[in-house]
Amino acid sequence: MINEPLIQLENVSKQLGANSVLDGAHLSIYRGEITTIIGKSGVGKSVLLKHIIGLMEPDSGEVLFQGIPISQMNKTERKAMKHKVSYMFQGTALFDSMSVFENIALPLKERTRLPDSEIRKRVQDRMEQLDIKKIDHQYPSQLSGGMRKRVALARALVTDPEIVLFDEPTTGLDPIRKSAVHHLISDFQKKFGFTGVIVSHEIPDIFYISQRIAMINDGIIHFQGTPEEIQQSEDPVVQNFIRGLESRRDALTGMTPHPAGAKRFKEGMAWLSRRKLPFSIIVLRLDNLDEINEAAGHAVGLTVLKNFSDQVQHRLRITDTCIRYGFNTIMLLLPNTNSEQARLVCSKLAQEMKGDEIIDNDAYPDFYFSVSAGFAEAHKASRLEELLASAESTQNTFFEFSFT
Amino acid sequence: MSATFLKSPVPALGRLTISFIQELGRIAVFFFRGFFLIFSLPLQFSKFIQQIYFIGAKSLIVICLTGAFTGMVLGLQAYYTLVKFGSEGILGAAVALSLIRELGPVLTAIMIIGRAGSAVAAEIGIMRISEQIDALETMDINPIRFLVSPRMAASIFSFPILTALFDAVGIFGGFLTGSMLLGIKPGIYFSRVESSVLMEDIMGGFIKSIVFALLVATICCYQGYYTHTRTEGFGAKGVSLSTTSAVVLSSVLVLIADYVLTSFLL
Repeated sequence: MINEPLIQLENVSKQLGANSVLDGAHLSIYRGEITTIIGKSGVGKSVLLKHIIGLMEPDSGEVLFQGIPISQMNKTERKAMKHKVSYMFQGTALFDSMSVFENIALPLKERTRLPDSEIRKRVQDRMEQLDIKKIDHQYPSQLSGGMRKRVALARALVTDPEIVLFDEPTTGLDPIRKSAVHHLISDFQKKFGFTGVIVSHEIPDIFYISQRIAMINDGIIHFQGTPEEIQQSEDPVVQNFIRGLESRRDALTGMTPHPAGAKRFKEGMAWLSRRKLPFSIIVLRLDNLDEINEAAGHAVGLTVLKNFSDQVQHRLRITDTCIRYGFNTIMLLLPNTNSEQARLVCSKLAQEMKGDEIIDNDAYPDFYFSVSAGFAEAHKASRLEELLASAESTQNTFFEFSFT
Repeated sequence: MSATFLKSPVPALGRLTISFIQELGRIAVFFFRGFFLIFSLPLQFSKFIQQIYFIGAKSLIVICLTGAFTGMVLGLQAYYTLVKFGSEGILGAAVALSLIRELGPVLTAIMIIGRAGSAVAAEIGIMRISEQIDALETMDINPIRFLVSPRMAASIFSFPILTALFDAVGIFGGFLTGSMLLGIKPGIYFSRVESSVLMEDIMGGFIKSIVFALLVATICCYQGYYTHTRTEGFGAKGVSLSTTSAVVLSSVLVLIADYVLTSFLL
């Protein structure tokens, strides 16, 4: 049961005008996972998504939902399926002659018989979670692009769907909002356990929140697998694409992103084996980022993350590398440093960092922010994963510093 | 198009006929879906009222103005014709009958096409090209029920009332020129109106206005709804073409339907 895909595309082909957009695509989407579809512009990612929800029908091939082909479903079954699915359009597709509130409330109003007060409550909950309060009465054309994206997201999530399809949810957003939307999708997914399908270009950000990645190329699904698998894949098409999109700096924090970091690590290891120079890492984990996000909103959480990483970067030597290793994890590579020196760096960081540099104390008086830090020195033939694990294990001296 | 027509006229004619019939079929299906979904539960009462306001209430001034001037000019024209035969006394009958039977329903329909029909086509067309109709579909909201049915219901409701208003204002306009300007006794004018107009005339006018309502609502919504399938223009241009053809097509069809209905009703 667990391994049976929720949605399956089997040999789907679609011709649009003279272009063959999909040409025998196979894709499996599993329950409770986030699957991200990546690929160059115009290769049919949105078309693929539209097949899943039934906005387009394949010329040949089948789309199966829980093992049943959509084309063979009767009206009631189709309706039942549609009720489980939400779709967030690339161009938001908000109703421009309705206010923001009416837009978000529409699926509830038309499809359910909830009392008005309940609808109002649900809409306001979503608006609050998405940081779009106090714009209920405005119209979509009065909002900025980013706001509109979030209104569209609120509309897609307001019905608590089982499956949500996102067509480029973050295009056109600034880095903080972009990460906020990613966090939010991931959070909602964990909270409600929906199955997500995202079409996105945000590499490597999207790897942090997806369980599966599918790369589409030349009308077929060129690659399917976990984020780790795709990053380790040696397929030249996959590598070219990922490398091409991957920026050298994480857009939010200005740090080196994870895959490029792995390369630095290899370099460090090479120095270690050739010149016998010691080499250490420090892992900083922001323990209560989730709590901050929940209490103050994602924008605040990400500002904290950004400010914290700025502070860390200011205090490093020029040879050190600061890597964003995960959602809330920062890894520092310290070449020419043994474990004793790494410990000193850790304690220096803990002493010097101040809460008011991280966030404005007056705006958030009860602010509290906790970081756990661990360090480890590399030995010959250590692997990055092992080193990380030893840095985080309790055997190594373990610093915890909090700012209030 | 024209080149293939010259090379092989018969197949081209066949294709043209088939596509015409297909289009008619599509419009008919569209009409029936829109019409029957009016009665699907729960009734969309608030949208119905909104559309009555937009199609009906907001057309009041235009209808009064055109009605008044149509009646006035009829009074003027008919008077100078009738006075040659010395029968200017039947001016009231002439004005009232031509308004109630013909001009009222037709001119009302054409005025509403210009005011509301074009707006409906443009609005639905823009919703189509900006994926708003697709969005409705993904939310499992039937777009025809949501967009077309309330407009159709509101048209069926508003057209006869606006026609009645047009007739009444027109008859009064005829009175203004006939009596006030040209000196026919008011009593004679109105007694002629009263004695000549039969219930059949009024019913005929209402039947016409209801048929026109269905026709106009269907054509205008249809043109907007299928904006994206136009091959001559996409996007904003597609919407402009849809609006134009909505107005032209529904005006022409109103006139044709008027002829057909008149020949049946008489």
